Amino acid sequence: MFVRPANLEDALDRLGAGARIFAGGTDVMTTAGEAGIEGDFVDVSRLAELRGVMRVGGEIRIGGATTWAAIVAADLPPAFDALKAAAREVGSIQIQNRATIAGNLCNASPAADGVPPLLALDAEVELASRRGVRRLPLARFIAGPRRTELAADEVLCAIVCPTPPRAMRSTFLKLGARRYLVISIAMVAVGLDLDGDFVRAARVAVGACSPVAMRLAAAETRLANKPAREGLGEWLQRADFADLAPIDDLRASADYRRAAALTLTRRAVELCLRGESGGAV
Amino acid sequence: MLDTAQGVLVTLNGARARLHGPASQRLSYALRERCGLTGVKVGCNAGDCGACTVLIDTEPVCACLVTLGQAEGCAIETVEGLSDADTLVARLRASFNAEGAAQCGICTPAALLAAVALLRRNPHPAEAQIRDALAGVLCRCTGYRALVDAVAKAHNPDDGPKDGAVGSRLPRLDGPRKLSGVEIYGADEWPADALLARAVRSPHAHAEFSLGDLDAYVAATPGLVAVFTAKDVPGENCFGVIPAFADQPVLAEKCVRFRGEAVALVVGEAAVVQALDLTGFPVSYTLLPALMTLEAALAEGAPRLHASRPGNILTRGRVVRGDAESAWAAAPVVVEGAFETGFVEHAYIEPEAGFARRVGDRIEVQACTQAPYMDRDGVARIIGIAPEAVRILPTAVGGGFGAKLDLSVQPFIALAAWKLNRPVRMIYSRAESMQSTTKRHPSRIRVKIGASRDGRLTAMDFEADFNTGAYASWGPTVANRVPVHASGPYFIPNYRARARAVHTHLVPAGAFRGFGVPQSALAQEQLFDELALKLGLDPLEFRILNALEVGQPTVTGQVFADGMGFKRCLEALRTRWRATRAEAEAFNAAAAGPIRRGVGVAGMWYGCGNTSLSNPSTIRVGLRPDGRVALFQGAVDIGQGSNTVISQIFAEALGVSIASLELLGADTDMTPDCGKTSASRQTFVTGNAAAKAGATMRKLLLRLANAGEDAALALAPGALVIRGAGGETRIDLGALPVNAAGFVVECAETYDPPTTPLDADGQGEPYAVFGSGAQIAEIEVDIELGRVRVTRLTCAHDVGRAINPTLVEGQIAGGAAQGLGLALMEEFIPHRSENLHDYLIPTIGDMPPVDCILIEDPSCEGPFGAKGIGEQALIPTAPAIFNALHHATGARITRAPATPDRVRAAIEALKP
Repeated sequence: MFVRPANLEDALDRLGAGARIFAGGTDVMTTAGEAGIEGDFVDVSRLAELRGVMRVGGEIRIGGATTWAAIVAADLPPAFDALKAAAREVGSIQIQNRATIAGNLCNASPAADGVPPLLALDAEVELASRRGVRRLPLARFIAGPRRTELAADEVLCAIVCPTPPRAMRSTFLKLGARRYLVISIAMVAVGLDLDGDFVRAARVAVGACSPVAMRLAAAETRLANKPAREGLGEWLQRADFADLAPIDDLRASADYRRAAALTLTRRAVELCLRGESGGAV
Repeated sequence: MLDTAQGVLVTLNGARARLHGPASQRLSYALRERCGLTGVKVGCNAGDCGACTVLIDTEPVCACLVTLGQAEGCAIETVEGLSDADTLVARLRASFNAEGAAQCGICTPAALLAAVALLRRNPHPAEAQIRDALAGVLCRCTGYRALVDAVAKAHNPDDGPKDGAVGSRLPRLDGPRKLSGVEIYGADEWPADALLARAVRSPHAHAEFSLGDLDAYVAATPGLVAVFTAKDVPGENCFGVIPAFADQPVLAEKCVRFRGEAVALVVGEAAVVQALDLTGFPVSYTLLPALMTLEAALAEGAPRLHASRPGNILTRGRVVRGDAESAWAAAPVVVEGAFETGFVEHAYIEPEAGFARRVGDRIEVQACTQAPYMDRDGVARIIGIAPEAVRILPTAVGGGFGAKLDLSVQPFIALAAWKLNRPVRMIYSRAESMQSTTKRHPSRIRVKIGASRDGRLTAMDFEADFNTGAYASWGPTVANRVPVHASGPYFIPNYRARARAVHTHLVPAGAFRGFGVPQSALAQEQLFDELALKLGLDPLEFRILNALEVGQPTVTGQVFADGMGFKRCLEALRTRWRATRAEAEAFNAAAAGPIRRGVGVAGMWYGCGNTSLSNPSTIRVGLRPDGRVALFQGAVDIGQGSNTVISQIFAEALGVSIASLELLGADTDMTPDCGKTSASRQTFVTGNAAAKAGATMRKLLLRLANAGEDAALALAPGALVIRGAGGETRIDLGALPVNAAGFVVECAETYDPPTTPLDADGQGEPYAVFGSGAQIAEIEVDIELGRVRVTRLTCAHDVGRAINPTLVEGQIAGGAAQGLGLALMEEFIPHRSENLHDYLIPTIGDMPPVDCILIEDPSCEGPFGAKGIGEQALIPTAPAIFNALHHATGARITRAPATPDRVRAAIEALKP
């Protein structure tokens, strides 16, 4: 059965009773038969509680069922430019019009385009069930390739980001074997919090180069307190990316990914200094 | 909550509608199967191809990813709802038609809808905005440039000529059907009472299998009508495109030889079969060692796939001319190299589909195909009936490129409909299509080429192994065609080329645009650059120096007296070549960043028609009393444009307007055999039959008025008007007797290209005509990331005579796009990339502008001098790109595709 509850309460009841979550459908439907999906699904894509982007207290809250197209159109500070750039690179416009940000996280693909920008925003996820609401840092929520901490009766209601520093800007770069409609070989999100001519703090997250996209503390440390001028990226060293654990697959070799992560990050840093949000390489 | 029994209320194409079906159903399925809106095409059911694009509340979405329940309350627009009363829509359609933006047309409804959504918001979009908006729709035919142009010019579309004279840019005659969404493809029509068939396929490459209790399985599955296995095949459980090599069972017997081979067919009520989880089908497999590579299959003592083929060698091809052995001693400059390519998937957007019904003691099969008469004979053999008892009704074909020459759904639906005496339908899933239908042959090629100090080619030695997979398909053709072509269109006095087609436990490799020549050209054209480099010659001038000309023998000893325009193609590139090479070198000399530019060139030739075999086409025509001419056109239009080109040729030869023609067919009960749509033969071979039929009918009509040969003909309603030296004669056609077919004049003409057999050394005249050409690829390489972007392709092709320049340019741009894919991203990894997100084909963002230079060096054999272009255009693109890569970076790519990691590794390897 496929049901579309009118409110979150009803949706949570059904999840508690064993139904699975359905939203944008862009992952679930790819594994379905020719005619459609089988089994019990709760469609949360219409729930007002799960949609939209708003500022609440000191935080920015993105409803889990917000589509990528809606994120591109949302009024967000420059620190979210990387997220918007990633949103424009998710599949095609057809996909961006349906696919949701929570779906991208819950699907937990190592190549999920939304994850590096959200990691760079220190995002947390809000999980609701009949048992209550809890929050987890995104980095903890995604437990491995195709694995998350989402319990069977929970829904990812929202992504919550602390209001970023006013001077933070961000850039996303995606590398694929073709333009558009492509699973990333590697991608990076860089956030730079600038203090005049200096980098107060940097955030670097790399995707598709480890079982789960990850922040790279060594790279961030390397960039902090450096002059915010052209050539900043050259401070980064191969060793700063040692935590990555890329694999060989259809798309590229592990060695290539390791090298590409460094190159992409250096370039993203330069673009970020220039206030460019990036996109596909 | 949804009350699914009541269905969901939507606004469908402007009207309130209730869509019935489970809320969990794909919207695409509901629209097609329940509402009959078959303009919504299904190519992948995964959001990868975008063919099912519809607008929901004005925004494009993939209908395959939306559930029926989610559509509740929404406004849905499909191509059927796009009304020409809307000026924007009418102009866009006109622009699509004029630019040739629809070829096979399977992606056209989706592309139109994506464009409409864009233009409603932004009537004058920039090119980048057009690309962004259309990027979600994969097109395998056009190379996308026509799509971009069509949208860019939609506010003021070009008006194509209407008379259709040979040489005019007549918009394709079937364009309006493709643009309105009414065109019927394989999956788009089915009898209401049709059952559905699905194949149970082996998940293993090599295994013995045993079937469980099938009767019990059927009995336990309500709605399932029958399960068929090998023993149910009434005729021979064997098929293959070349009868002498036919070796593939319709349903495997005891043993499967590749993953995806069918072991059984389940047939029943559509809803039941659709939902059936075939992992529960009673079959058990005992795994056997599988030969997964050429090396394994060729290893000493390797088990045989087919008992009659020792060493797992299906066939060998050989061409020897002059004395290559002793020529090496005399060749002061020698280069050699080894090259490899992988499987390449055709990736047409339309998976195989069709239905069959039994009509008394005959069987009718309506399906997408490139070869109706071959299908007829193949199905007859399988069912055990006479070929005349089989009727093949080809649908429109949503892309073929070679793989729809082989039987796919036809044996299954024919078998089931025959046995059950009920119509049976079958639609391949994307995964099934990719697993089980033929691919481009992987190749392993070694070449050695020698030249004199003054740069003249003296000798070439070529050796190739092609991985032909588990069954023969077109393996023999590849093995035979390649040695004839591996020289390229150059004069090489001493030549030896050998090729083998080798069986492995992998998906059968068959025909794919170029039959192995793209692979050999990738090796030969790269080595030509190496040779030019060693000789200190400019690569283009080196090719011009060695270009084969009329009067010079080919490597098979054939000498052409006309129609060898290759040198002209090369010369036509000279200006662009010099300018861009210099620009690229200047850019690189000054480059501070990671981008390097490169410019490469490659040539090609390709024989039109079957190699040294009879391959006739017959065109039948009849004049009706109402003044209309029926043109029985059996040359299947798979998007390349034979419906239009054959009509233009016939109308010109007859001397009437194309508006007088009524196009009929293809239908094996009605249209004579025009052979298969392959080997770049339809314009040439069927075109010749059409030209002859036009000339014959013209003679017959002139005789009616006793008019001289130079008289002008015109057809009016019910009348034939002839204007000659003696004035105007008007013949009332209604007053003339009609024959049994209802025609006042009827004739048929056949053309079979003159060829001679090849002897033991491959010497002879394999083709009546060769098409040739050369392309320049301009690229940018990111030397840190290995990412290659092609920035422009300049394509000069000798087509003899461009019957329809728009369609010729469409073939060139589309062929080049497939060549770009072969070069940079396409490799089918069996068992792994069985979808369109792991198997990548170029998108609208990957294709650069394509400048076409049409060289018209007429062949006296071609209709109005014309030659084929379908396959030719793909062949030089990949080697031109690889040569450009070398020019940009110094790195030589010997293994296609040049993915970013391979390119980076090749560049890194140059570092000391």
